[in-house]
Amino acid sequence: MEYENLNKTELMKKIMDYKFAVNDMALFLDTHPCDAKALKLHNEYVEKLEEYKIQYKKQYGPLTIYDDTENWSKWVYSSWPWERSGK
Amino acid sequence: MWTYDKHLQYPINLKHRDPHLAKIIISQYGGPDGELGASLRYLSQKFGMPDKKSKAVLNDIGTEELAHLEMVGTIIHQLTDGATPKELDAAGLADYYTDHGWGVYPQSAAGNPWTAAYIAVKGDPVADLTEDLAAEQKARATYEKLIDLCQDNKEVVDVLKYLRQREIVHFQRFGEALNGVEEKLAQKKFYMNNMNQLFDNK
Repeated sequence: MEYENLNKTELMKKIMDYKFAVNDMALFLDTHPCDAKALKLHNEYVEKLEEYKIQYKKQYGPLTIYDDTENWSKWVYSSWPWERSGK
Repeated sequence: MWTYDKHLQYPINLKHRDPHLAKIIISQYGGPDGELGASLRYLSQKFGMPDKKSKAVLNDIGTEELAHLEMVGTIIHQLTDGATPKELDAAGLADYYTDHGWGVYPQSAAGNPWTAAYIAVKGDPVADLTEDLAAEQKARATYEKLIDLCQDNKEVVDVLKYLRQREIVHFQRFGEALNGVEEKLAQKKFYMNNMNQLFDNK
């Protein structure tokens, strides 16, 4: 799989990209719920997003409090999004 | 960032309209000790916290408060949905109906619009976490006053009791976060020019 060579930052960038794509398709679909082409794109982005999220969570810990993890310190002590990177 | 989960944190399906109760419960939507203020207080204070546990607890409780905001808004909606203007008037909501109709507007029981003056962000972990402890107690006390006033509506009381209980849990967590901060500050031989370095660069 292409994501196997990605580092933490690159993997997160993929997640952010696909989440943005899913979000944008959702807004379009909210006002065009029967648009088959948009829905197909939405579902493809969701599928890619899930792959990257699984990979990220396995290596770096939970993305939300509803993800399971063997060590909750990964949630508390890994850098928070508003911290300058490298902390 | 946030995503929306399409369900309430606790189910609310009120069988009967009761606009009299909506008029007072709305204070927990946009009043001085309400859920909007709680959420914005914690989600703003988190940026100024020096240690990871306080960051985590403010982030995660601030997020839960957004779910409570939706629950209180749901109560207001269900208590007023379908009421005629005359019924709203009889419940003392003529003023409210004039400006907001059947919408849910963040205001106190007395009709004051929500204001950021309800919250404080001091940028000091002891001051902010101490404010949060008081905020949770004030919210708990408000829910108890509402429960007193809603005794004739058991469905509403059930939801208010759930929300009251969460205030108590949050108070406990903020107390633990404050203890952690004070323990760090009590350690000797630190020269604190930069609190962030003191706390987290291990």
